[in-house]
Amino acid sequence: MYIYDQYDQRIVDERVAQFRDQTRRYLAGELSDAEFLPLRLQNGLYVQRLAPMLRIAVPYGLLSSKQVRKLAHITRHYDKGYAHVSTRQNIQLNWPLLEEVPDILAELASVQMHAIQTSGNCIRNTTTDQFAGVAADEREDPRPWCEIIRQWSTLHPEFAFLPRKFKIAVCASEEDRAAIHAHDIGVELLPNAAGELGFKVLVGGGLGRTPVMGSVICEWLEKRHLLTYLESILRVYNQHGRRDNKYKARIKILVKAMGIDAFRDAVEAEWALLKDGPSTLTECEITRAQSFFTSPAYAALDGRSSQEALAARAATDPIFGNWLARNTRAHRVPGYRAVTISLKATGIAPGDVTDRQLELLADLADRYSFGELRTTHQQNMVLADVEEAALYELWQHLQKAGLATANIGYITDLICCPGGDYCSLANAKSIPVAEAIQARFEDLDYLYDLGPVELNISGCMNACGHHHIGHIGILGVDKKGAEFYQVSLGGSQSKDAAIGKILGPSFSQEAVPDVVENLLGTFVSLREGEETFLQTYNRVGIEPFKERVYAKAD
Amino acid sequence: MPKLIKNDAVSSDSWQRALPDSDQLAKGHFPTLAQWQAATETLPTVQLQPGDEVVTLVEALDTLELIAVDFPVFTDGRGFSYARELRQRGYRGELRATGEFMPDQVHYLRRCGFDAFQPADASRIEEYLRQLRVFSEHYQASVDEPLPLFRRRDSESQLA
Repeated sequence: MYIYDQYDQRIVDERVAQFRDQTRRYLAGELSDAEFLPLRLQNGLYVQRLAPMLRIAVPYGLLSSKQVRKLAHITRHYDKGYAHVSTRQNIQLNWPLLEEVPDILAELASVQMHAIQTSGNCIRNTTTDQFAGVAADEREDPRPWCEIIRQWSTLHPEFAFLPRKFKIAVCASEEDRAAIHAHDIGVELLPNAAGELGFKVLVGGGLGRTPVMGSVICEWLEKRHLLTYLESILRVYNQHGRRDNKYKARIKILVKAMGIDAFRDAVEAEWALLKDGPSTLTECEITRAQSFFTSPAYAALDGRSSQEALAARAATDPIFGNWLARNTRAHRVPGYRAVTISLKATGIAPGDVTDRQLELLADLADRYSFGELRTTHQQNMVLADVEEAALYELWQHLQKAGLATANIGYITDLICCPGGDYCSLANAKSIPVAEAIQARFEDLDYLYDLGPVELNISGCMNACGHHHIGHIGILGVDKKGAEFYQVSLGGSQSKDAAIGKILGPSFSQEAVPDVVENLLGTFVSLREGEETFLQTYNRVGIEPFKERVYAKAD
Repeated sequence: MPKLIKNDAVSSDSWQRALPDSDQLAKGHFPTLAQWQAATETLPTVQLQPGDEVVTLVEALDTLELIAVDFPVFTDGRGFSYARELRQRGYRGELRATGEFMPDQVHYLRRCGFDAFQPADASRIEEYLRQLRVFSEHYQASVDEPLPLFRRRDSESQLA
């Protein structure tokens, strides 16, 4: 993974000193609430319903065991002993004290971490595939490019007061595991006709109040032009994006208003000034970034014999077999698998992880996965490089710690924002809804029979729970002061990205598990062969689901 | 006289923010872009507001001596890009930020090409001065450091 040099360290240390001074001035009355607001937001600090919330950056989801131990220490010492993995692969603390945030940032800086630009109207944490570097369908490792973008966007002097937040995602594989269509800028590493890898650039995707899929602004861009091209897009947006209405301020609205062709012309005009300038990437820099993401020292293993042993183990221990089938996936190196650790046990807020669990995961990462862990935008964690021969032992450790729920990709592995229990923006609670759905589908045979279903819950229009792109999306809405839930169907975050269609009138919180059960019952009665929920939905449309759900409700 | 920071020191001069509602040029005030365009002679100063098109000034960049960019609210960051555009297109004269920007923004403003700072609230002028250099290192190319960090790293590794 990327290791700071003296320059990176100095920048982060100076950021801590700056925020310590800003906090002091705020508490002394030298900075107003309005002035402190963007300053604290750009250090990840929200003021929430019950306490401040601190969002810690996990660049493209990668963590070392040392960093995870530090996070465990921080949650125990400064918070209530648990952390939350967000849908941007970041880590959130729900109960820090404002006065102690500078100390928390100093602790983070000591392990090469920070909270820079995890919130506010600026360029946010760049996200990518949680299986980067180990996926069999990968064209090139996307992480060096994420790191190059991270450095460029960190404390960028021109883009700290944009019209609205700005999110970039990078994908480098056949399957899109980074949801690049739903980002302000989505970048995909693709070969051109000559076979040279470059970037396809999408712009103007986003969820929120007006969900839009990104449009192609550039079919293929030479690698060295990445930063000047991104800078040109941002400069057009910074000057022309709407600032009169926060709901119309995202770049997607500007792209729609101008039309993609006119927007592209404006970007190209800017690019004429910047192209081939000093921000053009050098071979030396690309090689340097790539040098941090080389393969770990994999053992030369005979994949076949370890797989046979695993199959035998799974046959005698079906609980392990379930976990093996659902929570591990193929690795590009024979004899290894990537393991997803489910943070979706029923009864625990989705994405929450305790200090003790973090420490255990750090130990397991050291023992089984070259000392690295990853966070995922589905709010789970990943050990990416585990020898197949060690999987049974690893599973036993995870099971003891409540981290072996065998549900990855199934309906109880749902995505869920913190919602009205914590967030002051939320219209409705989301965690109790998640819990009620998880409790309804506890029967594993039924769960597996349903096949892969992505269910995403957001407590408000801001769509932190990505409800638009869930196969089933649930959105909390406020109706005359009461909490209701709107359901949508058919969203998708993969290559065939789609925005879900609203089913109809919204439901009370108590009704939601019944509605979900009816939707899945409809699917079971209509599916043909091995069809998944999404495939059946795409074949039959929304009507049969509507009929069944609202017939029951009458 | 309004206080400002210029050449890293507190000073003052007589320029005041533009009066956009007036057709006439008001003495001592910067001309707005509209007033500048309407003037019969070539005026050496102008003040841009958010929403003004920087390209309007391209032909006059050699004759302009002082361009002010106004920040009516500190959350409106268009002026940061205006400064980059002006410097990138070759403007060498004084570039002054005016208005409601806050002390914690001058560091970024300077990197975007501003070399003078005239805050509406001059009572904190020392704080603005203190905030000019809160970082000693940066990743990006900027007006005060034309090479991004990666190019400086490149030359170090070639020397080593």
